[in-house]
Amino acid sequence: MNRQAFLNDVKMKNDQMILLSHGGGGLRSKQLINEVLVKRLGNPVLNMLDDGALLTLDRKDIVFTTDSFVVRPLFFPGGDIGRLAACGTINDLVMMGAEPRYLSLGLIIEEGFSLRDLERAVLSMREILDVAKVKIVTGDTKVVEKGAAAGLFINTSGIGVRLANADTRVSNARPGDVVVVTGTLGDHGAAVISCREGINLDSKLESDVAPLWGLIAPLLTQGTELHCLRDPTRGGLAAALCDIAEASRVGIRVREREIPVRKETLGVCRLLGLDPLNMACEGRAVVVCPERLCRDVLRMLHSHPMGGNARAIGVVEEQPAGLVVLETDVGGERIVEMPMGDDLPRIC
Amino acid sequence: MKQSDFKQHLDGIHDIADRLARPVKIMEVCGTHTVAVCRSGLRSLLPSSLKLLSGPGCPVCVTPAEYIDRAILLSRRPEVLLATFGDLMRVPGFSLGTLEKERASGARVRVVYSVSDALALADERKSAKVIFLAVGFETTAPGIAWAVKTAAERGMKNFAILSALKTMPNAMEALLQSGGVQIDGFICPGHVSTIIGSRPYEFICRKYCRPCVVAGFEPADVVAAIAMLLGQIEEGKCEVQNQYLRAVSAGGNPKAGLLLEEIFEPADAEWRGLGVVPQSGLRLRDKYKNYDAFSLYPDIKAPAGAEVSGCLCGEVLRGRIAPPECKLFGKKCTPTTPVGACMVSGEGACAAYYRYAPLAEAGGGDESPSFFKRR
Repeated sequence: MNRQAFLNDVKMKNDQMILLSHGGGGLRSKQLINEVLVKRLGNPVLNMLDDGALLTLDRKDIVFTTDSFVVRPLFFPGGDIGRLAACGTINDLVMMGAEPRYLSLGLIIEEGFSLRDLERAVLSMREILDVAKVKIVTGDTKVVEKGAAAGLFINTSGIGVRLANADTRVSNARPGDVVVVTGTLGDHGAAVISCREGINLDSKLESDVAPLWGLIAPLLTQGTELHCLRDPTRGGLAAALCDIAEASRVGIRVREREIPVRKETLGVCRLLGLDPLNMACEGRAVVVCPERLCRDVLRMLHSHPMGGNARAIGVVEEQPAGLVVLETDVGGERIVEMPMGDDLPRIC
Repeated sequence: MKQSDFKQHLDGIHDIADRLARPVKIMEVCGTHTVAVCRSGLRSLLPSSLKLLSGPGCPVCVTPAEYIDRAILLSRRPEVLLATFGDLMRVPGFSLGTLEKERASGARVRVVYSVSDALALADERKSAKVIFLAVGFETTAPGIAWAVKTAAERGMKNFAILSALKTMPNAMEALLQSGGVQIDGFICPGHVSTIIGSRPYEFICRKYCRPCVVAGFEPADVVAAIAMLLGQIEEGKCEVQNQYLRAVSAGGNPKAGLLLEEIFEPADAEWRGLGVVPQSGLRLRDKYKNYDAFSLYPDIKAPAGAEVSGCLCGEVLRGRIAPPECKLFGKKCTPTTPVGACMVSGEGACAAYYRYAPLAEAGGGDESPSFFKRR
């Protein structure tokens, strides 16, 4: 049996309870989504399981998405939960080829939470909204008793308008395409984990959390024919590539040497036994486009302040369908596995 | 080491393997080496006559299931707060499930990254009894010895360890004695050797005529070590050589050695897969028995159990089979649904073989056109 087909076959056992790893964005999350949510709530739009839902209203293509943020600690080098909550949802819209317009904001606050910290998170959210020209237009606030939530949880939903002819869903990759990443991978995961209680690594790493519209819009508007966009958040590059390979039924070959990873991120990974390919980003995208457009795409990315480290890292082929193959630094070859999802809980 | 050195060693390996013209089996004892080999795809570059066997050097994998059950029972006591390395969370015991499920059901289990975090936890939670699950080899043992010593000096009463600490060289001997597997040489664990040095492996060469090379963990270190081993095999030599000179000396780290000696004494220890190996465990000395969870909770005994039928972790740990030869591998047993410990731990041979499978083993087939030029 094909390995991927087999994995899809693995069922959650009835007696299982929800474990932290069910929220990690890897295989277990996938099982939870498929076997509880899609099974009970599925419909043609939800079943696509893209970064957002594509809806047609009044002959306009609308993208609708939602995301919850439980990052710990709330403030980390390069960002905080407010900035993350704005960027996460904005980026999910961008990955669907949509210009982000409106967000909703849901706050779950633990009794006793500092008002100053709340204000700080809200202000950094404001900063992102201004840059991305997006407005929060509705919201909800709940306060729960001490111990029922860890400080602050945020949910944001977002609406965007899809650009004409933009179809960047994960199922669109084709043999002959090239895989590009827009910058160094794993900065967010490594930065958050470095400042966690009990680790406290003294590193210069900062999260890459940033809104992607400015970087990606030129690619969408200049008529380049982009096939897929995916932001490698939880589960990192490995999860993003596995999703694309599986949904598009193609093989993806990437070359380890071409994958941009900061030295500091590698150091953190080595120290904690983590795989840089599984580390989350919050301001990067994986772009899949036909080879003939690769040079233009890279040129556009490089001309943007956030895209200086953009690189072509691999190609799409017919075989092995559904799998991602890595050529390692030393010239070996191996499969890139969908991460389990338990490496780092509460990274976003 | 430069890429060109890697290439040179790899070419050397192919040349010697051609000249030897017989199957050679080399065991990488340490789990970190297994991961380095799998992750770099090194196996796909080695000659087909050369097989790398994974050894018993993943601490979580060789921890008996009974220990996990005992830890679970401890975690159910109201005063206990268990502190553990994350790897142990998903290892199944015989009958009581996993610590991960125990935590989801309300037990107080905290994942820590070092024993000093566990000590700090005990400082912070004075009303709890913090028990650290001490699992590991000579590499982690000195830190744990330091923690126990510190707790004793400070008169802390709410910190203890449940020791399943083990030492490596005797286990290598047990492997050779148990037979049933051809091992032509050992890649010795680099991290362990930073503590014990390269000398403790000498008896393996003397008594069993097997060459040993202490190696670092970069793919280039591993190929260099393999080339050194093959060189010895070709010349009929049996010596301990040290490839990992940048970190390992012959005598090891004397300070760490003295500390271990002060806090622990050697004891017989049970290894999953190998059974009881004489004098291969570290038990707290009597002076520190107030910090020994085995002494503090003598009544807590795990129910008897047996390995899940069909699970061949034991055979994998002895190097008798490669993980894909187990019938459960990749079917009933995957990292999401692990049956045996070797599929759970990040350093487990089964998990490493599964996560970093070569294309041929993943069902993708060899016929796919290769974009990248192979050697």
